[in-house]
Amino acid sequence: MRTDISNINEQSPCEDLTEGLMIFAGGTSKQFKTGEWRVATPVFDKDKCKQCLLCAPVCPDGCIPVHDGRREDFDMDHCKGCGICEKACPFGAITMTS
Amino acid sequence: MSKKDRMSGNEAVAYAIRQVNPDVMPAFPITPSTEIPQLVSTYIANGEMDTEFIPVESEHSSMSAAVGAEAAGARSMTATSSCGLAFMWEELLVAASNRLPIVLTLVNRTLSGPININCDHSDGMGARDTGWIQIYAENNQEAYDNYIQAFPIAEDKRVHLPVMVCQDGFITSHAVQNILLEDDKDVKEFVGEYHPEEFLLNPGKPVAVGPYAVSNYSMEAKYNQEAAMIRSREVIKEVAARFREKFGRGFDFFEEYRCEDADYIMLIMGSAAGTAKQAADDLRDKGMKVGVLKLRVFRPFPAEEIAAALSKCKAVAVMDRCESYNGHGGPLASEVPAALFMNKVYTEVVNYVYGLAGRDFTTETAAGIFEELEDVVENKKQVRQCTYVGLRSKEGQ
Ligand code: SF4
Ligand code: SF4
Repeated sequence: MRTDISNINEQSPCEDLTEGLMIFAGGTSKQFKTGEWRVATPVFDKDKCKQCLLCAPVCPDGCIPVHDGRREDFDMDHCKGCGICEKACPFGAITMTS
Repeated sequence: MSKKDRMSGNEAVAYAIRQVNPDVMPAFPITPSTEIPQLVSTYIANGEMDTEFIPVESEHSSMSAAVGAEAAGARSMTATSSCGLAFMWEELLVAASNRLPIVLTLVNRTLSGPININCDHSDGMGARDTGWIQIYAENNQEAYDNYIQAFPIAEDKRVHLPVMVCQDGFITSHAVQNILLEDDKDVKEFVGEYHPEEFLLNPGKPVAVGPYAVSNYSMEAKYNQEAAMIRSREVIKEVAARFREKFGRGFDFFEEYRCEDADYIMLIMGSAAGTAKQAADDLRDKGMKVGVLKLRVFRPFPAEEIAAALSKCKAVAVMDRCESYNGHGGPLASEVPAALFMNKVYTEVVNYVYGLAGRDFTTETAAGIFEELEDVVENKKQVRQCTYVGLRSKEGQ
């Protein structure tokens, strides 16, 4: 029974859930907006950023997108606001706000 | 064509494993089930089967490996006893909740302490609420037959739950008895090939097994698992009927031995049922109307069927080969009276605890229990519930 899990939500009756809550797709964590959990929010200061890229690999949720060797603004759909990136940045280009 | 042979329970199960030839068997040795992986390894070494045998470093790992292999799409099984089963505890629940039809052959042995290697049902009973189907055998023949039936039950689409096939340590696992073995071809035909619909190693059809679920989903998932356990009842019956048709023997939930007109019935599981039957025969010869209800399927618990089967007799002895340490009797002492009460059957019940850690249970003891039931009914004898049968005590129980 292959089910498109985007049809399942927190109101779905038990009969519509998959067996053992199996998920029939890959990369579904994208659809899970962990950003809703956030209580503190990192703010990116483009002008202070030196593009050293120390922040991107330490984010546990992969919320600092890097393209062509340059970081872009945060992925707020998934950033949980843990503040690790702020601590990693040597140039004060990330500030946590609540 | 069936073939007559003589074998121990462990040999019988190993023989059935060779016939089924599952894809993967991770196992770790523990008395009294050690012979099973040992004999299977020998079959593999001799080229008589091609199961992938994984010698793991513990039972925690053997069940984990079985979970992984089954999720990957392989028909998987393992064997264990006692503390080995206890060490699998977490994975047993994972196997059931992820709806993986693994088969575990359990050779029942007491749990520590005191440390002891002999039979009682405390290992299997300890796992009674892990979501596994549990089938208990009286002898080597039933251990063999139940193992063959386990896969069609577990793998049925209506079920998709793991099955524990239990036999009594040493008494059944090591004692050599006569047995009817079926042809390899017939067994393979009965069990069928395993073609899971969804599994991890399925190119182009990705699947994630065992994801985290928030509260809004968990309760529904647990209900669905229970619903599968309820559906397994019809599947167990169908498989037993198909087995009986093909091989001419077996029961579904339980065997009713001379119960039809019985005044007194002993409800019992495992090898001691044979002893109870002998006692029933002896007493029948003396004119006492007694019978034995041998419970084969403990999970799902056949509450309604048990209540119906016990509705006409005068008194029932409910026999637990296990202590629950709850001041209220073993598992059967809790579940059988509940089954009777919920089905409005008010038969007199006396619970007994017997045979712990390999303590002998003799025909004389069984006969004494039947006679005590009669005393309770005829002379209003007051008996203490959950008496330990044969206990040395100054209270003179
Ligand atoms: S606050 Fe935490 S989750 Fe958000 S971007 Fe920074 S490191 Fe990632
Ligand atoms: S660590 Fe700071 S300076 Fe370096 S890339 Fe990240 S935000 Fe920019």
